[in-house]
Amino acid sequence: MNVLDLLGFIAVCAAATFATRVLPFVALARQAEHPLILHLGRYLPPAVMMILVLYALRDFRPLADGRLNIAPDGWPMIIASLVVVSLHLWQRNALLSIIGGTGAYMAMVQLGWTP
Amino acid sequence: MLNNDNAWRQAGVTTLPVMFGYLPLGAAFGILAIEVGIPAWGAVLMSLLIYAGAGQFLAVALLAGGAGLVEVAVATLMLNSRHLFYGLSLLRRFQGAGWRKPYLIFALTDETYSLLTTHTGDGGLDHAQAFRISLLNQLWWVLGSILGVLIGTTLAFDSRGIEFALTALFIVLTLEQARRLRQWLPFVIALATGFGAILLLPERHLLLGAIGAASLMLLADYRVRQAGGAS
Repeated sequence: MNVLDLLGFIAVCAAATFATRVLPFVALARQAEHPLILHLGRYLPPAVMMILVLYALRDFRPLADGRLNIAPDGWPMIIASLVVVSLHLWQRNALLSIIGGTGAYMAMVQLGWTP
Repeated sequence: MLNNDNAWRQAGVTTLPVMFGYLPLGAAFGILAIEVGIPAWGAVLMSLLIYAGAGQFLAVALLAGGAGLVEVAVATLMLNSRHLFYGLSLLRRFQGAGWRKPYLIFALTDETYSLLTTHTGDGGLDHAQAFRISLLNQLWWVLGSILGVLIGTTLAFDSRGIEFALTALFIVLTLEQARRLRQWLPFVIALATGFGAILLLPERHLLLGAIGAASLMLLADYRVRQAGGAS
């Protein structure tokens, strides 16, 4: 990737990120209490998070195209995800859950272990 | 009235938990960026100019996946749409912040938002202290990124699999959202549109399709509720 492409890419990401942060301050000041805004503000973030989880786990597709089709790191991904969920339900410490799950995944991938 | 040293020390203590989160997460970002071929200066520049945890991981994924700029813009807007609602609740709070206001808005990450809105006791934070907290948080993030870039380029450590930190972060955020909301609707909608997109759409349109469809379904749900409420 050349330097200009990368700079353009970073500029777009920076502009889009700042836009979401500044928009309410310039445009929505008077609509803050509109029920549609409140509705989306309540339900869109959790939906986006859930979609991001699915997106991150998309390589695990045991039944895609009607046949067994699992990426080599599919099972470690699922197991590590269960580690994250268990740790988080147990201790509710975001850092611990993330480090624990990532450590488990790295160990499985680097040692080449799959069920 | 705090003197300057005291104010910074207090801001440091306030941001301590964020430091413990941002240093390793920023490092994971730096390592990941190096691994997909982003130069060191690019990774640090991203942390300086974009400054968004999940957003920067997504950016790396999109960059590695060869997504187009329009796609990148839309996906970033969608992912960060939650920030719209942070701003809404801080409209009054940031009033009168003067020259600090643009930076306060720029630096409004999930964690900074949590700190600024959680420390509301005794009249809340003044603008100067909110500014110190925001600045320190970004400092931890940038330092973490530099650390990660150094680790990633020296190859002192086998980082294969570190990208799972992203997945873990999203899982943790989803659990936190579920705990806060205690309703099935958005998760059912997300599962439906997410699986639908994975099965039907090509890789590069997957995220956009799923989130767009979810937004439309939430809009429809709003209409239905309005109609129901009106009758």
